[in-house]
Amino acid sequence: MSQRIPVTELTPDFRGRAEEALADGQLRNNFRVAMDSLMTKRANAFPDADEREGLRELGNRIKAGALSRLPDLLEQLEQKLTENGVKVHWAETVEEANNLVHGIIEARKGRQVVKGKSMVSEEMEMNDYLAEQGIECLESDMGEYIVQLDNEKPSHIIMPAIHKNARQVSRLFHDKLGEPETEDVNQLIQIGRRTLRQKFMEADVGVSGVNFAIAETGTLLLVENEGNGRMSTTVPPVHIAVTGIEKVVPNLRDVVPLVSLLTRSALGQPITTYVNLISGPRKADELDGPEEVHLVLLDNGRTGAFADAQMRQTLNCIRCGACMNHCPVYTRVGGHTYGEVYPGPIGKIITPHMAGLDKVPDHPSASSLCGACGEVCPVKIPIPELLQRLRQENVKDPGQTQQVRGGGAKFSRTERWIWRGWQMLNTRPGLYRSFLWAATRFRALAPKKVGPWTANHSAPVPARRSLHDLAAGHLDQNGGRPS
Amino acid sequence: MSARSNILGKLRSSLAGTTPRPDEFDERLVTRPWRYAPEERIARLRSLMEAVHTEVHQCRSDDWPELVAGLLNKRNLTNLLCAPAKEHGRALEAHFEAKEQKVELLAYDQPVEAWKEELFWNVDASLTGALGGIAATGTLVLWPDRLEPRLMSLVPPVHIALLNASEIHDNLYDMMVAQDWSAGLPTNVLLVSGPSKTADIEQVLAYGAHGPRELIVLVLEDA
Repeated sequence: MSQRIPVTELTPDFRGRAEEALADGQLRNNFRVAMDSLMTKRANAFPDADEREGLRELGNRIKAGALSRLPDLLEQLEQKLTENGVKVHWAETVEEANNLVHGIIEARKGRQVVKGKSMVSEEMEMNDYLAEQGIECLESDMGEYIVQLDNEKPSHIIMPAIHKNARQVSRLFHDKLGEPETEDVNQLIQIGRRTLRQKFMEADVGVSGVNFAIAETGTLLLVENEGNGRMSTTVPPVHIAVTGIEKVVPNLRDVVPLVSLLTRSALGQPITTYVNLISGPRKADELDGPEEVHLVLLDNGRTGAFADAQMRQTLNCIRCGACMNHCPVYTRVGGHTYGEVYPGPIGKIITPHMAGLDKVPDHPSASSLCGACGEVCPVKIPIPELLQRLRQENVKDPGQTQQVRGGGAKFSRTERWIWRGWQMLNTRPGLYRSFLWAATRFRALAPKKVGPWTANHSAPVPARRSLHDLAAGHLDQNGGRPS
Repeated sequence: MSARSNILGKLRSSLAGTTPRPDEFDERLVTRPWRYAPEERIARLRSLMEAVHTEVHQCRSDDWPELVAGLLNKRNLTNLLCAPAKEHGRALEAHFEAKEQKVELLAYDQPVEAWKEELFWNVDASLTGALGGIAATGTLVLWPDRLEPRLMSLVPPVHIALLNASEIHDNLYDMMVAQDWSAGLPTNVLLVSGPSKTADIEQVLAYGAHGPRELIVLVLEDA
């Protein structure tokens, strides 16, 4: 299997990629159309604002409550799953997680893996890792299958191939699968169905993500529309679920509001076609289902986010994608511009803990802070507030202890010095007056270039007379009274 | 130190000195907006399921086998996977024999490994029972078992499900509580709300992605 070399990664920084994306009319149109439709669908799925707000509040409380006793819940989950016959594994890093997955596959001498949609496996870059070990790992979600076939990464967490249109998919299927060209979406999907059915049958191992892990009953819950998740978790003799440690909820009843929030926020559907609750491997008297079920619990920076009470809120996320659907920046630049696994507003606030803020220093400021993401978040993560926090962490003195991994990447001694000067100037009236006197007298000496500002603007020039001066003159003319 | 103890240790030290938040679950939020008069339940389920391409028929416990025969013949299907050991399987078998139906009835009576190829490529349709239905979301609840295993409702291109009208609940929460699901779940519980679908290409809805292209629900009004 070929390595993924996303074309978009050829341009190394956010700014460059954003410029390229903005100049790509096809891409912008694909995203605009898709995001408009997703926003409308979500709005229609929540016709009653009171009901919506009540449910969001409940969603927030359930997730925040679960996080407030996360270690206990993880232990309870592990105990219940073990009782049910599921093997639980823990991984601090993606390398450890990949090793665990590889070990399970090797123990069964597996060579073919089918995968249902899983963002955590994207974090792990599991496909590439397994390919290096000579194991084929095939994506089975239609969108994921399309991007994998084109050696790309998903551009949206719910709609991975949203950047492509039918013509592009048709050409891809023609080039890679030798299928006749057709722009009929139904026919394209049938090509995917036929190809992947054979793969489901042959696969030695199925991999999936988890939407919610229920501690009370030891259950893994997966939502989907296609049925590939059910195929991946039922047909192969081994099922490996990979998930982040934040996905656990205390009780079965908690998934009632959470699933409703998830499917309505993500796709505007009252529920997805399938909600699949898995509580164990095939029992002795059953005729299908995997003989082994494994759960890999991944940290990958999550304990780092957890350590900070404010950033901990990022772990509320249920991965619905509503924040990106409503983001004016995401809609214009698309998912690949972010260059990371999780794009859009949620990506900006969770990536620093996984990759380090110094790897994505432009992300917190690639936002107009319009607030749409926070307003639609089904579990009420205050995304704009967290973006502001990351902007501060970005410019912290590297000499200080960093609260966020990779903080201080945008620290500039000059900028810090300028702000100190500004502060001094504005807190000492005498100094301020002398500065005004000098600035107005020597205005011709004002710098012609002031950083990035002058790339697109003319440099500011101080006025001939200051406002104070003008006002004082005005009062003098009126005998000390304002007119 | 193992990954497990490192992760739990880090989480515990971050929580040091804090108390867990109280359980603030409010069941009214997931029940009140989703209550229906008994006579509305079928109509609600029906309209939601039809909105996602499900064929819904209301019938009685004595006339549904005839309807199934008609549905299969209309589609020129030659075989049907069902559970002859279950009551509805027996009823169907008896009816098909009496009417000399040419449709071959297949049973899922061996482990999937023994007949994967046949199941994947040669089975035209399947018929299963359902544990119940949910009016709020237009959903079937399936608890697969030995006689009606998990793949029966997934692999064949047409899935016919029998749903007793008396088992239609207002919402998922009510059903879970009424049946005490939290006391223990079977290996697999499925909520099914329509045939398999995808909108992954240009957001155009296409049915029959990986699972059944068609879902047909027979609501038995007298059961």
